[in-house]
Amino acid sequence: MFEAVAFYLFAFLTITMFFITVTTSQALYALSALAAGMIFISAFFFILGADFLGAVQIIVYTGAVMALYAFGMMFFDTTREVKEKQGNKYIIVGLSTLAAVLVVVIFAAPMVSENIVALYPAIEGVGNTQEVGLVLFTKYLVPFEVAAIMLLVAMVAGIVLAGKKMDLSITLMNDAEIEEQKNKKVLS
Amino acid sequence: MEIGLNHYLVLSTILFAIGLVGVMRRKNLLLLFFATEILLNAVNVAFAAISHYYGDLTGQMFAFFVIAIAASEVAVGLGLLIVWYKRHSSIDLDALTTMKG
Repeated sequence: MFEAVAFYLFAFLTITMFFITVTTSQALYALSALAAGMIFISAFFFILGADFLGAVQIIVYTGAVMALYAFGMMFFDTTREVKEKQGNKYIIVGLSTLAAVLVVVIFAAPMVSENIVALYPAIEGVGNTQEVGLVLFTKYLVPFEVAAIMLLVAMVAGIVLAGKKMDLSITLMNDAEIEEQKNKKVLS
Repeated sequence: MEIGLNHYLVLSTILFAIGLVGVMRRKNLLLLFFATEILLNAVNVAFAAISHYYGDLTGQMFAFFVIAIAASEVAVGLGLLIVWYKRHSSIDLDALTTMKG
């Protein structure tokens, strides 16, 4: 009973938040709604007994990803409207629903044919975090290390891409210097 | 009223559909990234639910890797977006069509 109430409450909240994210024209509203939606998603993980995944969801999404977006938005003029050209609404909604159903079919097909075998069954008597640690550092050690290298590469790429010409500040330059910079940019 | 696996899969479908509508409708590149996050989260919910109802930890492991991929995608994507905005001072998706395909 309690589980059902929690499920329906958080399902409603998550869907509402994500709906706001994709429909609002203000980037700041979209960012806030997305952050709230991420927190509500982590509630499902707690209901499902995946405590560690829920904690990681909160830390990574609301802590890291949202902060990154918030800092990234400082570079953009988000108050300016981006013109939204309206296509055919029915085609878009129809295609989206079709693709989403396809995803569920992909997930459900092995269950219907009863092909699912628990490869790494849950261990009795230990908490979720301990279980995750046991599986992650034995069976999934190589993917784990590859993911670590991927994150390192992404970090270097982010710094190299966004950090270019960060030492130049237009507000601290006089007009002649700004003109000079502009000419340099055109030539390069 | 028992909450089963089907409930979670239906929820995952709804969230995935919302994300796809966002990807197809929005012309603002920043909001396109937000929609991508929604897609990845929808799949994560399905992974965690299957992991719970089958007593198998593989689903949770894959959810972790999906989160790692989402984080690195944001770092690289936002870097590219900042470079693009510095060049063209616009994050309109239609302005990206420079190859006249």
